[in-house]
Amino acid sequence: MVKKTLIPIGPYHPLQEEPELFKLYCEGEIVKDIKWETGYNHRGIEKLSEKKTYDQSFFLVERICGICSTSHPFAFANAIEEIGNIEITNRAKYIRSIIGELERIHSHLLWVGLAGHFLGYNTVFMWAWKYREPVLDLFEMISGNRNSYAMFKVGGVRRDIENNKISQITPVLDLVKKKTDMLVGAVMDDPVLHARTKGVGVLTKQDIIDYAAVGPTARASGIDVDIRRDDPYAAYPLVNWKVITAEKGDVFAKAEVRLLEMYESISIIEQCLEGLKKEKEGDINVKVKDIPAGWGTGRAEAPRGEVFHYVLSDGSNSPARHKIRAPSYTNIATFKKSCIGQTISDATISLAAVDPCYCCTERMAVAYDSKTGDKILNGNELIALSAKKTQNIKNQF
Amino acid sequence: MDEPVSYYRNSAFIFWILKIKNVGFKEFCFKKSLWLFHFGGASCNNCDIEILDCLTPRYDLERFGMLLIGSIRHADVLLVNGSINQRDKSRLLELYEQAPKPIVVVAIGACGCTGGIFAEGDTFAGPVDKLIPVDAYIPGCPPKPEAILAGIVKLLNK
Ligand code: SF4
Repeated sequence: MVKKTLIPIGPYHPLQEEPELFKLYCEGEIVKDIKWETGYNHRGIEKLSEKKTYDQSFFLVERICGICSTSHPFAFANAIEEIGNIEITNRAKYIRSIIGELERIHSHLLWVGLAGHFLGYNTVFMWAWKYREPVLDLFEMISGNRNSYAMFKVGGVRRDIENNKISQITPVLDLVKKKTDMLVGAVMDDPVLHARTKGVGVLTKQDIIDYAAVGPTARASGIDVDIRRDDPYAAYPLVNWKVITAEKGDVFAKAEVRLLEMYESISIIEQCLEGLKKEKEGDINVKVKDIPAGWGTGRAEAPRGEVFHYVLSDGSNSPARHKIRAPSYTNIATFKKSCIGQTISDATISLAAVDPCYCCTERMAVAYDSKTGDKILNGNELIALSAKKTQNIKNQF
Repeated sequence: MDEPVSYYRNSAFIFWILKIKNVGFKEFCFKKSLWLFHFGGASCNNCDIEILDCLTPRYDLERFGMLLIGSIRHADVLLVNGSINQRDKSRLLELYEQAPKPIVVVAIGACGCTGGIFAEGDTFAGPVDKLIPVDAYIPGCPPKPEAILAGIVKLLNK
């Protein structure tokens, strides 16, 4: 009988910037099973959100994930605006889309860099991250911060992109386009990268459907799904763009989808900037009196796939219940398909290919470790939590 | 082994250097080439990314001889970012125990310094400085890479 070896990756591993633990069960070189443990990143955001007002919650949902720090407020705003039936101005729509697409560009560049790093191509890592900087500079110019932009609010955006700033944005877009050309050339034409990524971590169409994967992971396997088109929001119906798909479903296809998506994003931003010029400056807000009781759902296409927010309102100024589902939550499950049967050296890139984001995924505290039966959040704490909740409810009556 | 290595192996040689330079052992060790270990607690990922960003061409942390390394046992500096939740707490304490002393602990970001926006959370287990001694705080949400660099370089000169 072949001996099984357990290879733990993480939780604090220099390659991963986030804490999570993978256990690869290997026979020889081949990965036979994979388990992953999260919880290192759980912050109780859904609960926290109930303690905050709608306006404060925007700063909180922004901090669910640093890379998607637009997508979550985007979906949250969509949800609240659905409850209140709020229609925002065109200028706010354009600004929202611009921020969303800039984020997609910087996130995809970040991914290309990390993927190169995982493959041992540190040059790609350095390049991609170097050309990500101008995009972050744009963010700093528009919002005042490199990450966590605090641009969103109920009924519009917080800051305007003045028309005289537009001339500063376009040269950066041109630069990004040129450098994307270079990266595309470097990735698509390199025979070594082809050998490392083609046929690795393949997810078939059926796998995607079985695991309900979303975003570029699904699009790389030929599933044509994009919330921006399927459930239009913000300025996406107002501009021309197309959904990029690929057929193969391997790591290379995922890279291809992401790289080509960056061109689409650039073109969306350019069209939005044109649109901005036609709208009146400063017209970025509609006044919102209060949020009626009811519930609403909001969806947004994050760089990694569909972000879903459900908000239940009881008519007060903070959410009564807030449920969040991030794209990585479903995408991570595809590891079971993409990694098993691979060699260990291919496992890391297969893991990285879906661009997993753990801080997005950490929505639920696991109370028991399934294998050892250990309590991760111990019994007393759970009981205390439950007692506190009962007390809170009692206080309301 | 070639010569210099065997010289450094010789502890008498090190004591000699310490004597002629008139510095303490700790100052001598912390003078150059700090190695950093990065512990990302329950963070939003931005601080983690800004730390990685320090390595990339625009900021280039490595020109100070600093390296991000994979084992706490080789580290001179422990960078902690993110709020610490109940699950991270024991791991952080364990890491601190395993670290070679003296070690410099740097708390990065609003979360690392105080718990930030997550301090009211149900799983929050206390800001970093309640758990382990912290030598430097770098505030910001997230701090810019320049701020992180400035903080660490300030430590170098301390
Ligand atoms: S300080 Fe801000 S950016 Fe850093 S981990 Fe905390 S919430 Fe994220």
